[in-house]
Amino acid sequence: MAEKRTVFTGMHFVNGDVACAEGAIAAGCRFFAGYPITPATEIAERMALRLPQVGGAFIQFEDELGSMAAVVGASYSGVKAMTATSGPGFSLMMENIGLAVMTEAPCVVVDVMRGSPSTGQPTKAGQGEMMQCRWGSHGDYEIISLVPSSVQEVFDLTVEAFNLAEQYRIPAFVMIDGILGHMYERLVIPEPDEIRIVNRKKPSRPPEKYIPFEAEEDLIPPMASFGDGYHFYATGLTHDERGYPDMSIEVQDKLIRRLSDKIRSNEDKIIKVEELGVEDAEILVVAYGLPSRSAIRAVKLAREEGIKAGLLRLITIWPFPTRVLERLSEQLKAVIVLEMNYGQLVREVERAVKPTPVTFLPKLGEEPHKPDEILSSIMRCRR
Amino acid sequence: MSIVAQEHPLTEYLRTDRVPHIWCEGCGLGILLNSFVQALKDLDFDLDRLVVVSGIGCAGRASGYIKSDAFHTTHGRAIPFATGVKVANPELKAVVISGDGDLFAIGGNHLIHAARRNIDMLVICSNNFNYGMTGGQVGPSTPTGARTMTSPYGNIEHPFNLSALAACSGATYVSRWTVLHVRRLTESIKRGLQKKGFSFIEVIAPCPIVYGRYNRLGDGLDMMKEMQAHTIIKHGIYPTEATIEPGKEIVIGEFIDIEKPEYSDTIQALIEKYGSK
Repeated sequence: MAEKRTVFTGMHFVNGDVACAEGAIAAGCRFFAGYPITPATEIAERMALRLPQVGGAFIQFEDELGSMAAVVGASYSGVKAMTATSGPGFSLMMENIGLAVMTEAPCVVVDVMRGSPSTGQPTKAGQGEMMQCRWGSHGDYEIISLVPSSVQEVFDLTVEAFNLAEQYRIPAFVMIDGILGHMYERLVIPEPDEIRIVNRKKPSRPPEKYIPFEAEEDLIPPMASFGDGYHFYATGLTHDERGYPDMSIEVQDKLIRRLSDKIRSNEDKIIKVEELGVEDAEILVVAYGLPSRSAIRAVKLAREEGIKAGLLRLITIWPFPTRVLERLSEQLKAVIVLEMNYGQLVREVERAVKPTPVTFLPKLGEEPHKPDEILSSIMRCRR
Repeated sequence: MSIVAQEHPLTEYLRTDRVPHIWCEGCGLGILLNSFVQALKDLDFDLDRLVVVSGIGCAGRASGYIKSDAFHTTHGRAIPFATGVKVANPELKAVVISGDGDLFAIGGNHLIHAARRNIDMLVICSNNFNYGMTGGQVGPSTPTGARTMTSPYGNIEHPFNLSALAACSGATYVSRWTVLHVRRLTESIKRGLQKKGFSFIEVIAPCPIVYGRYNRLGDGLDMMKEMQAHTIIKHGIYPTEATIEPGKEIVIGEFIDIEKPEYSDTIQALIEKYGSK
């Protein structure tokens, strides 16, 4: 349950960035560190206004490297922490996202995606970091990444990202396309007792018996906070269960497997998709974020034409819903993938639905796909 | 005659299961660590309130030897990590122990901004004039002309005066000592631990195995004798005037001790004023 008096229960007309900030506050976020960047700046602005009101702290950092490091530090002080950025800043955060993975610091990273690479199109939108959020820091690891497609869902998934981060002790990502960040829509914020809140596991043992990186059956170690009297050490170096650096093959093997397996073994619990007309579909549109909204219209129009079309909207993109697609592939004659990039998640879809033919519709430079374009593609697939 | 093994008087502050440490023979970091834990003992400092953070490099390993909450961050990011720790829980005292390269090259931007904000944090910077961990490369405090593996013809750049940079950026406490001045260094660390604000202590430390060898400065003892011969104590001078020319003159002392509003206090004041009760 969310904390009372801190949640703006009721109906609002706001943009995605504001919805994200309000979702974070409802989830219990009490620390934000960030650096101004279009189109994510409004999240920082909202947090600067709101956090002191709810007993939290906002810091505008000197850069995104520091912002992400501070988020990990605040998380270790026992506070739910978040940062928000866009492509160039997201790239700068990558090293300390790896630190959060390695030291299992629960935190949320929001990326409001603009046109990329490099400085790209700051005021436009894209979906260019779908692979970067998964693989951007060096090494082998797993994270959880969510993609909302409406202002309401930005709020809902930001709360969910905090819950998942706390449960699995990982950085969780909310990937918002730039249009949605700036788009105004209705947002309904529920009563605090209707908002599900998950908090990290705390140690049940006394400090002298606490082993900071000893995982329980769910592969997740309980987490003490700085100042709790546990006097523990954590490092970005490969470490044993005590948290001590260890350069042996055995310790590296055990740690890296556990960091990934704590997510892989829970994929079925984590992954969320939305299905529209999928049961009997022969032509499946796979989309996420804003383009999925055009796809709803296209699939309905196709159905009116008597075509067995369906939509699979990805909400969780990492871990990727491979098994959902594998299961569907047997009934499918064709798959159409929509992305506001030049081909990222389409590769994952192709692997999952093989040998079903996959058509890719890229969109570069702000505009999402129009329903007519998607419908034409569905028609071509039928032939 | 029986030999009675005595426990080291500071073991309650140290992770003795991490000994032996990784530092080389003649390195100054052991003395620095000793001074730090002696300061904790002298003050009977509440270890539940202490978080020691370090970056990457030889000095970066210090956090792993202290038996308090401690964190070994990425290269250059000890100060922003510690900022997050402190702001999220203002009851804690954040101490950063790291080296000149970590704090002033890759992490330089964070140091000046943390000093500007005046966040309550003690930064102890071991200055050994080079990157020791990676085998001796030129760094932001390497004297002009000094030889390192990446300045084989002598350093062609000009070094920072670390204490001056910290002071000019807004630090409320600044001092410089060498590991030869153990008593004064310990007293200075005690002052830094008790100070509410951004405190910076530069500690000149010999690196005989790497920097000393390339520059033919002899062993650790020779480098300590060299320090003894060339250091001058000048309390209260502004650190831009505190010369640092190894082999000629190194001015040490307590340079700055002023009061300014502290950052996490100011954030708490905002919460008091605007928070929903």
